[in-house]
Amino acid sequence: MTVNDRARLLDEIRILEFMAVELNLYLDNNPNDHKAIRDYNSFTKQLMAVKDEYQRRYGPLSNFGTALSQSPWAWLNDPWPWELD
Amino acid sequence: MWIYEKKLQFPIRIKNPNPKMATLIISQYGGPDGELAASLRYLSQRYIMPIPEGKGLLTDIGTEELAHFEMVGTMVYQLMKGASDEEIKASGAGPYFTDHGRGVYPTSAAGNPFTAAYIQSKGDPIADLNEDLAAEQKARSTYEWLLRMADDPDVIEPLKFLRQREVVHYQRFGELLMKVQDYVESKKYF
Ligand SMILES: [Fe+2]
Repeated sequence: MTVNDRARLLDEIRILEFMAVELNLYLDNNPNDHKAIRDYNSFTKQLMAVKDEYQRRYGPLSNFGTALSQSPWAWLNDPWPWELD
Repeated sequence: MWIYEKKLQFPIRIKNPNPKMATLIISQYGGPDGELAASLRYLSQRYIMPIPEGKGLLTDIGTEELAHFEMVGTMVYQLMKGASDEEIKASGAGPYFTDHGRGVYPTSAAGNPFTAAYIQSKGDPIADLNEDLAAEQKARSTYEWLLRMADDPDVIEPLKFLRQREVVHYQRFGELLMKVQDYVESKKYF
């Protein structure tokens, strides 16, 4: 079922992005923590890969030149985040 | 420059409308300790931060607060959406409905529209960071009061996530305040 697949990929993106946000805020105060930077880069690589897969299947997650579009203009694909995400 | 990401930071799927709860949660959208105030506060205060850690942290927490602003707006939207006019009337959400229908408007639960008077940007990094620490605590208590009035797990889970983020932000601002204090002290003597 594609709806479930989409939700599953989105959840994976959320989890990886959450790790990146947490490490990012920590690194803002601790810019010399090399272990944390390694973790940040590792989560970021995984996040970029899952986002690529999501965007190829369901359209862009972000616009203004940050992701390619299918035709017609896939940015407008439903659902928007507030519509039972 | 900001780039929008077409997804919520934390999933929100509220199945049962609850217009009264919508008009309480709206306070974290446009109320005194809400997410709009938080974002505006940090993104405005960041210009005068004297060390890179401060410019970075205020930019990044200010940005995360915008994601929370979207989460709260989504909760209000979903709680109002399926409610009938009768349900809205019976629930006591009539005053909000009169002014905003089922739309999302930045106001406090008590009906005060959003104002920049909720925030300060003092041109003094120590004063600003002390305000930020208090702001995170006030946002945390607002989420706790909301949690006391919520009974639907679809509402409780995102509220708990948002409450937890305030605790983390408070922690990060506390660490930053010590760094900025050290920096200001070192400037005094050398
Ligand atoms: Fe916060």
